[in-house]
Amino acid sequence: MVKKISLLLAFVLVFVSGALAQESNGDETFKGFDPGRYIVDEVLDHYEWEIFKIKNTDVSIPLPVIVYSKLRHKFYAFCSCKLREGHKYKGFFIPEDGKFRGRIVELDAQGNRVRPIDLSITKNVLAIWISVLILFWIFIPMAKRYQQNPLSPPKGFHALLEPLILFIRDDIAKTNIGEKYEKYLPYLLTLFFFIFLNNLLGLLPFFPGGANVTGNLAVTGVMATFTFVITTVSGTKHYWKHIFWNPEVPWWLKVPIPLMPLVELTGVFTKPTVLMIRLFANILGGHIVRVTFITLIFIFAAFGVAAAYGVSIISVLFVVFITFLEMLVAFIQAYVFTILSALYFGMALETDEH
Amino acid sequence: MELITPGFGLIFWMTLTFLIVLIILKKYAWKPILESIRQREEFINNSLKQAEEARRQLENVKNEAQKILNQARQEREQMLKEAKEIHARIVRQADEEAKKIKERRLQEALQEIENAKINAVNELKQFVADISIEIAEKILRSELSDKQAQKQFIEKMLKESNLN
Repeated sequence: MVKKISLLLAFVLVFVSGALAQESNGDETFKGFDPGRYIVDEVLDHYEWEIFKIKNTDVSIPLPVIVYSKLRHKFYAFCSCKLREGHKYKGFFIPEDGKFRGRIVELDAQGNRVRPIDLSITKNVLAIWISVLILFWIFIPMAKRYQQNPLSPPKGFHALLEPLILFIRDDIAKTNIGEKYEKYLPYLLTLFFFIFLNNLLGLLPFFPGGANVTGNLAVTGVMATFTFVITTVSGTKHYWKHIFWNPEVPWWLKVPIPLMPLVELTGVFTKPTVLMIRLFANILGGHIVRVTFITLIFIFAAFGVAAAYGVSIISVLFVVFITFLEMLVAFIQAYVFTILSALYFGMALETDEH
Repeated sequence: MELITPGFGLIFWMTLTFLIVLIILKKYAWKPILESIRQREEFINNSLKQAEEARRQLENVKNEAQKILNQARQEREQMLKEAKEIHARIVRQADEEAKKIKERRLQEALQEIENAKINAVNELKQFVADISIEIAEKILRSELSDKQAQKQFIEKMLKESNLN
């Protein structure tokens, strides 16, 4: 079934891309609808949280804008609703095109667009905070209950979470880090549940889900940096020796040109970079695929109502299928990020005796 | 390009948020949860160990009991055997004793009978002798009314006594 659908979709895609190629001259729009723009906008961060849009009525949650103007050396905080539809407020506006499209800019004396230091509470920041509140709401009462009767087995939702906690403790931390795993366990647990929850929330099509948090390079980058810092800080003598003067490598690869140390040192940085990119790309990919299938309906709407209905059936079926797949991916990516972090900690903790 | 350009604000808020979440969850969630899980696991392990220990002790007790039972059974058998032996010996001894007594009694009885017989014979002899003398007296009185006959008789008697 899935095979047939995917085959059919492949044909549809080929057809659409053909149609796009014929019509495309810079901006491909279908009756004013620009699919490429729409898809990218869907996965990007915004200054407000759009809930739905009917005709020209935009229902969205305005979020606070906090910027520090480098030109005026001053902080500004105001509602993002002031900047709607290209309005200017206190010299700030959101351009619709150019290098800084969709990001708050101000104009300098020469009329050039300059980015202020932007600390706005954007859609993704709010989504992160919501997920954090959910984490607190889940785990702090759970901890209380556990403290009150530590000997009774978990019940209900806790019985679902405890195997995950045990899985991270036994199969991720203990196996990869070794004896000193307990020190790293809180970080690994936080990491896993943060990623997993945000991945799942990202699959929800409406508020408070739908934000592309874990598919954002800044978010994955911060988490990868945490892993990198912890790895570097816990590195033993053996770990650094292995990087700069690996005894298993012949000397001429180290002197006079430090080839291997260079490769190893690069590895130190590539490891967290790969972590960052893997999670980002997987989640972003899932989002884009799902949005794309929905977008297909709008593209076909440009060809006629019948085409739109026909495609919508296939599209919706496929989005459902992809969503199930993404649920699996949500878990797998959280797991992979956590296990690799644990693995790096384990490598950093290695000593001579083994 | 926008997709791979991380926003500074988001990096800032994410770092701050993640750090705070890490600290709060570590203190108020992970530590108590992990500690409780550890306690529970320890409790389960201890309980299992204790159960095992109890089971082993029970087994030991059972073995002990069996041993005691076996010993008791053996002792009983031994005692029974001994008792039987004693019984047999006593019976045998009693038999022998009885036989001896019987024999002795028999001997004594026989002796007494013999004695009585001898006495009786003697008495009879005495009696017969007395009677004989009496008879003889009477006969002699009647027969020996004459001197001749008396003399004849004495001679005859002397002859006879010599034969005796």
